[in-house]
Amino acid sequence: MKTTQILIAGFGGQGILFSGKFLAYKGLTEELQVSWLPSYGPEMRGGTANCNVILSDTPVGSPIITTPDVLIAMNLPSLEKYVNSVVSGGQIYVDSSLISAKVERDDVEVFYIPATQMAKDEGISSLANMIIVGHLLENNPELSFDGVAEVVEKLVPPKKAALKELNMKALSLGKDYKK
Amino acid sequence: MAERILMKGNEAIAEAAIRAGCRHYFGYPITPQTEIAAYMAKKMPKIGGVFLQAESEIASINMVYGAAAAGMRVMTSSSSPGISLKAEGLSYIAGSDVPALVVNVQRGGPGLGGIQPSQSDYFQATKGGGHGDYRMIVLAPASVQEMASLTIKGFDLADKYRMTSMILADGTIGQMMEPITFEDAEITTYEKPWALTGTECKRKHNVVNSLYLKPDELERKNFERYEKYAEIEKNEAMWEDYMMDDAEICVVAFGIASRVAKNAVAMARAEGIKVGLIRPITLWPFPNAAFEAADKAKAFISVELSMGQMIEDVKLATKCQKPVYLCNRTGGMIPSPDEILASIRNAMKGE
Amino acid sequence: MAVVFEKPKSLTDAPFHYCPGCPHGIIHRLVAEVMDELGIEGKAIGVAPVGCAVMAYDYFSCDMIEAPHGRAPAVATGIKRCRPDNVVFTYQGDGDLASIGMAETVHSAARNENITVIFVNNAIYGMTGGQMAPTSLPGQVTQTSPYGRDVNHCGWPIRVSEMLATLEGPEYVARVAVNNVKNVKNAKKAIKKAFENQIAGKGFSLVEVVSACPTNWGMTPKAALEWVESDMLPYYPIGVYKDRSAGEDK
Repeated sequence: MKTTQILIAGFGGQGILFSGKFLAYKGLTEELQVSWLPSYGPEMRGGTANCNVILSDTPVGSPIITTPDVLIAMNLPSLEKYVNSVVSGGQIYVDSSLISAKVERDDVEVFYIPATQMAKDEGISSLANMIIVGHLLENNPELSFDGVAEVVEKLVPPKKAALKELNMKALSLGKDYKK
Repeated sequence: MAERILMKGNEAIAEAAIRAGCRHYFGYPITPQTEIAAYMAKKMPKIGGVFLQAESEIASINMVYGAAAAGMRVMTSSSSPGISLKAEGLSYIAGSDVPALVVNVQRGGPGLGGIQPSQSDYFQATKGGGHGDYRMIVLAPASVQEMASLTIKGFDLADKYRMTSMILADGTIGQMMEPITFEDAEITTYEKPWALTGTECKRKHNVVNSLYLKPDELERKNFERYEKYAEIEKNEAMWEDYMMDDAEICVVAFGIASRVAKNAVAMARAEGIKVGLIRPITLWPFPNAAFEAADKAKAFISVELSMGQMIEDVKLATKCQKPVYLCNRTGGMIPSPDEILASIRNAMKGE
Repeated sequence: MAVVFEKPKSLTDAPFHYCPGCPHGIIHRLVAEVMDELGIEGKAIGVAPVGCAVMAYDYFSCDMIEAPHGRAPAVATGIKRCRPDNVVFTYQGDGDLASIGMAETVHSAARNENITVIFVNNAIYGMTGGQMAPTSLPGQVTQTSPYGRDVNHCGWPIRVSEMLATLEGPEYVARVAVNNVKNVKNAKKAIKKAFENQIAGKGFSLVEVVSACPTNWGMTPKAALEWVESDMLPYYPIGVYKDRSAGEDK
């Protein structure tokens, strides 16, 4: 039995919910049990947003994550809020263009990715989230980068077909990022 | 097998309703259930159905009353404060014996409360809400899949017994996405000779009404209705047993609370505690039989997102012969598995 | 022998419970005659209010439903949206339509809901025994305005027809009265038009019928009809306030 609990947190507008949705669909295409739970309400309109994604090979119990295996922090308040909730041996992905602080734990694996800056440089400034997702899929032992194209195909509506390529580009940037 | 798709709980309700043959939806926006209205607004015009945003919850439930009286499968959805406004219509629908499906995706209360998930409308749903002697069938989904299956079931029960089925969900189940499959459900259609269709001058007029000025007539009507309710209590109670075979401690939880409780039960089992879970799926009728079967249990814990409402039914179901503890959060807060685990440990010690 | 007068088919044999001299009987009859003349009894679905006309479901021989107080237009909306080929009407008093049900009234008019609304304005709550209505006149004495309606304390009576006529939505809004033979005949014409509009798919048609309540006004039936002329009609003038298709059908 293996369950991966992923908590993604940041500002509204950073694509927090979308990246969660992407991971949930990724699990779906791998025949896993999944749950995706967003924060909702006025905070969605510009405040903080977060999203709980659980991928498991057995039925998901509570969809609410209290001790994530993986944290994606897209802003400082989110990192500060959740850094100590990550399980020992877990992973933390930090957008280091927005967060200069370092994680002061030695029992977790930390990945610093200047995702927002990378996205800006590549002219895909709204897709920093997908750069981090690409890096996560490449570096998490429970997940896999294979098959992302199928998920992009599923998630990006036909009306916004141009975004497919850009999402793929962001995912690849993340995959190939080396510190 | 049908394809697994990812859907929000609220959307699953809307899609299931359409699959159950519902072509009429009347509603008013309120968080956290507005996805249902949005889904209906998009879909209904394309399938020859009606979506109408009413001027208020009061108007929307009365549109439901009219459409139900006209013989249609019809629904509305709202969240806690909106359900309070609909209470008037719920009472009239009950008193007129017409079928309807009403969804309450609960949020914290009382008053305007909050918008985070809650289960504090348990009393309102199972004990009344509106005025008069009446009941509603109350279904409590615990997953996105159940949001769909219980919606289909709810329409069927509503038609079968000519009354309201209420889906009592909460903000978490409404907002979360899980994989779901839509098997081609078999939909039973019911004859509705009482419906308002126009007499075509071929029959005596049908009257849909809840007014009985003669008390003996009203009493007879209420007695008849309660005979029907007794039938429902006998036949329609639903629940899930989880690790109950040898359980000495029995956790009782529905909806989202049951999902968290399952985690806690697994954690307690890992510690060697014999604990199980009864998850009521129908809140009315309350699954009393589940508690009669739980004869090994020494104590019960009611886990709720309220100040303790279902706990009263647990005490009734166990005839107050064993201790019933409360493990609760409210106002939009959800207990963690650890909090429930602590409750289970305490119950083992008889605390 | 030639039949010169009979009960409309669209009324049942149930005797009215209305007070002596109450014009509800006349207005019921006008609605029933119109249904007979248009041949719609078999297609009609009526919505009864809460108020004196609550038991209208016993009197009209078409299918009927009894609505919660003020909600008749919402109930009618639900029915009409399901059964667009049926003819759906509400029959409501002033407390029902213009007080507790004002939101339903205004919004069904704004939606141009294709229903017919018969609005009986007698400036008082009859069923509950004579309390102040949203249409009670300034100075009018009722059980809950025992010193006369004080507009500084409880506001002004509402002219529903004039107000609804300001909306883009409704097709037809008219005010009639039933205090004399001529007015009764004109009232029937307006009611007929309100039903014809619905059959033609034109939309929301409301006829405000200025009526009387001898019992709760504390007057003889004759005096009550005279009071309609002297006091009610100056505040609530007879007329067509909105008729979108006026001139079209000529």
